[in-house]
Amino acid sequence: MGSARDNILGRLRANRPHAVPAPAVYTKPLGWDRERCIAEFMTRMHAVRGEVHRVARDDWTAWLSRELPPRGMLRGLIGRGAVAEQFAAAAADEFTLTRYDHAIDDWKDVLFRDIDFSVTGTLAGLAESGSLVLWPSQDEPRLMSLVPPLHIALLDAGRLFENFAALLAAEEWSARMPTNALLVSGPSKTADIEQTLAYGIHGPKALIVLILD
Amino acid sequence: MPAPQQVYFFATCLIDLLYPAAGLAGMQLLRREGVEVIFPADQTCCGQPAFNSGYRDEALEVARAQLRCFPRDIPVVVPSGSCGGMIRQHWPELFAGQPDEPTALAVAARTYELTEFLVDVLQISLRDLGEPLKVAIHTSCSARREMGVADRIESLVSQLDKVEVMTQQRKAECCGFGGTFAVKQADVSGAMVQDKTDALRATAAQCVISQDCGCLMNIGGAFEKQGGGPQTRHVAEFLWERTAGDAP
Amino acid sequence: MNQTQAFHRRIDAALHDDQLRRNFRSALTGIQAKRETQFPDDRQLQALREQARMVRANALVKQPELLEQLEARLTGNGIQVHWAETPQQANTIIGDILRAAGARSVVKGKSMVSEETELNHYLEQLGVEVIESDLGEFIIQLAQEPPSHIVAPAIHKNRREVAELFHRFYPDIPYTEDIDQLTQSARLILREKFAAADAGISGVNFAVAETGTLCLVENEGNGRLSTTAPRLHIAITGVEKVVEKLSDVPPLLEILTKSATGQPITTYFNMISRPRQPGELDGPEAVHLVLLDNGRSRIRVDEELLDTLRCIRCGTCINYCPVYVQLGGHAYGTVYPGPIGIALEPQRIGIDKVGTLTSACTMCGACGEVCPVKIPLPKLINRLRAEAVNEQRTTTPLLGRGSLRKPGEATIWKLWQQLYAHPRLYRLFTLAATRLRWLTPRKLGGWTRYRSAPRPAPRSLRELAIREGFGHG
Repeated sequence: MGSARDNILGRLRANRPHAVPAPAVYTKPLGWDRERCIAEFMTRMHAVRGEVHRVARDDWTAWLSRELPPRGMLRGLIGRGAVAEQFAAAAADEFTLTRYDHAIDDWKDVLFRDIDFSVTGTLAGLAESGSLVLWPSQDEPRLMSLVPPLHIALLDAGRLFENFAALLAAEEWSARMPTNALLVSGPSKTADIEQTLAYGIHGPKALIVLILD
Repeated sequence: MPAPQQVYFFATCLIDLLYPAAGLAGMQLLRREGVEVIFPADQTCCGQPAFNSGYRDEALEVARAQLRCFPRDIPVVVPSGSCGGMIRQHWPELFAGQPDEPTALAVAARTYELTEFLVDVLQISLRDLGEPLKVAIHTSCSARREMGVADRIESLVSQLDKVEVMTQQRKAECCGFGGTFAVKQADVSGAMVQDKTDALRATAAQCVISQDCGCLMNIGGAFEKQGGGPQTRHVAEFLWERTAGDAP
Repeated sequence: MNQTQAFHRRIDAALHDDQLRRNFRSALTGIQAKRETQFPDDRQLQALREQARMVRANALVKQPELLEQLEARLTGNGIQVHWAETPQQANTIIGDILRAAGARSVVKGKSMVSEETELNHYLEQLGVEVIESDLGEFIIQLAQEPPSHIVAPAIHKNRREVAELFHRFYPDIPYTEDIDQLTQSARLILREKFAAADAGISGVNFAVAETGTLCLVENEGNGRLSTTAPRLHIAITGVEKVVEKLSDVPPLLEILTKSATGQPITTYFNMISRPRQPGELDGPEAVHLVLLDNGRSRIRVDEELLDTLRCIRCGTCINYCPVYVQLGGHAYGTVYPGPIGIALEPQRIGIDKVGTLTSACTMCGACGEVCPVKIPLPKLINRLRAEAVNEQRTTTPLLGRGSLRKPGEATIWKLWQQLYAHPRLYRLFTLAATRLRWLTPRKLGGWTRYRSAPRPAPRSLRELAIREGFGHG
């Protein structure tokens, strides 16, 4: 009587179904150019209460400085790296910025309670499903895009792919996967009560995407 | 395929005993189009009742007794999506590995549901001689999903210019017959036929037509038990009546 | 009481619960409509189903190699892999991991496999606090009920029932039936739990062998929170969930979300390949995967029944089942209800325990028509009916083969065969039935509870055919 592993694998090996053809790699080319991708992305995001704005590449910090204080969004979370430095340098004085620069374990309650918004970059966007692609990192840890009630994501307009299949075909993810890769397609929601959509459950209540041209 | 000169007619056990008028109308429709209809004397049943109950050996013996009734390479026309589906979809499964498998497959390959045959092969043209009427069409699950012929009954009825087709809610949902299901799960079946009859009543249709007498027995029987409701007709009978049968 | 009687008792209760049936009808009508908006082009839908079928079929053929590759990649990534043949083994493994880590509180994402093992009950007996964090699971945890649907566990509850539950357990929160307010209450209640939990437990939607990646699909964010905030993450899944390549994921993800909830994509798609790496500031320091067999390797023996294991747990078959909509999930009495439940559970648990479920099906085919991975559900259910009454037919290692065979029923079918396989006997029978039609009983058990009794015609079609001049050939 071997280990569970041996028993399970042994049974599986002992009964081999007939071979089947391997599936072709799934592709779904849509023929969308950059402007179409942006338009489709915005439509999908709006449909799930995501907020999207096209902003000139150097204007995003000014945009946030203008838009967030009137909404009562003053306590921000930034990580490290280019996005964080830009925001720290140019952000309005009303903001109180916390840097995510040491391990979460001794300040979790601050993150969960005392932060209104976070600002992160993104790896790419997917037009067909209205999705952001994030690879959280040492500079922009995983909880940044999850815990604060408002998540602000910067998306480079040139990094919009038609869909996930197109992205995987273009970029070699299988060579090395990050600790965590994410597709984020709007603010959090649920339909568990009477199949009725309600927004803002466990993940961020609001998502603002700034598409940088 | 060009219109054949002869076809076999497979009665189905349900029509033979309970709804022969529907079967006769089917045969008459075919004959009126110039096809010689042969009714093999020894036919009985496709085997489905036993097959769906898990008694495959018994189903096989009955199914194989049908093979010698349809020896010639001419179409077998069946006035039922359910029995047609049994022959075309499930006989290959039932006869797999059997010595008479090739014969069974050959019969299955030339089996047609009646409306399928009327539309696809005979390209029948119908002249409506009846009075204005509102009908609802119940497409049986087997006609829809096993034989893919739900659109043929719609196409035939649409040729009748004084017939208005009403569309019931949840048209594609099962009526709850399911053969022995109606007996083994009588109360669930009752709940399902109640929903179906409610939906049909709500259309104000005067008559409910179908390709399958099993469904009609279920739906029509429920209307009767409820104290009344639309008439029910097998599509063959309905078409024969609307086009005034043999009348000149 | 045997399994059939028990089943009928549960069915009876369900059919008499008008509120339940209204809730289900309303919910499933909406879900069906949403799915249909996602598939406007039938040709594209069929092509996507075929792609998904091939991906899953390929993975099942290569299953042992892929599991070994998955284990090697995960281990190389720093994720610990455990194997469990039975629910007891799986629970013990998870209990031991929690104890070794000193974990006393767990937040849980949705996992049907954990329902199979009754993990929550086991952990609670060990003194571990388990909080279901998916809103639907949270609701039924309060109600102390099992899920009634594999994707929408609280689908059987309406807002008033949810409001009453919340008010009973959280009396400080003012009573409300407003769904947005109830949702906000759940957010606040659970937020504390996410922050404080020692461990998170989740299921897995797809496990990618090529890269050693666990993929999770969700809308709420509780899955990400459960697998990121605590220091320990334990995932549990069935051994059939492995897929070969990363490139297999897009078609499965697309058809899963569009079929299950009528969404182009869920809010979050979470791909986990490693625990917290040196230099990273959050995420669990320890990640474990428990691979559960629980009958799956036995199912794989039979090439026809193997198709059952393609299932991606989308629930679409359940959403389209005309029987399920009348009964709801609890009536089935098994972890998995509806068409997939009827096909899977007798194989997983035994025909002698739950084979009677196969009677809850009209063979309408709606399930097979919508299944994203083209499982021929009606064919499998019919096969199980045959195995239930005849243990001689095949040598498949199905538990409880032949256990539903009843001498009375078997004799009836033997008689039926004699009658219908012998034309002369059949003609005698129809002669008698037509001439003595006035003897047909008006009451025919279950049939006549809901319908009038059918009656033989005065003449059989065979006789009419002769009379009308149709030849015998």
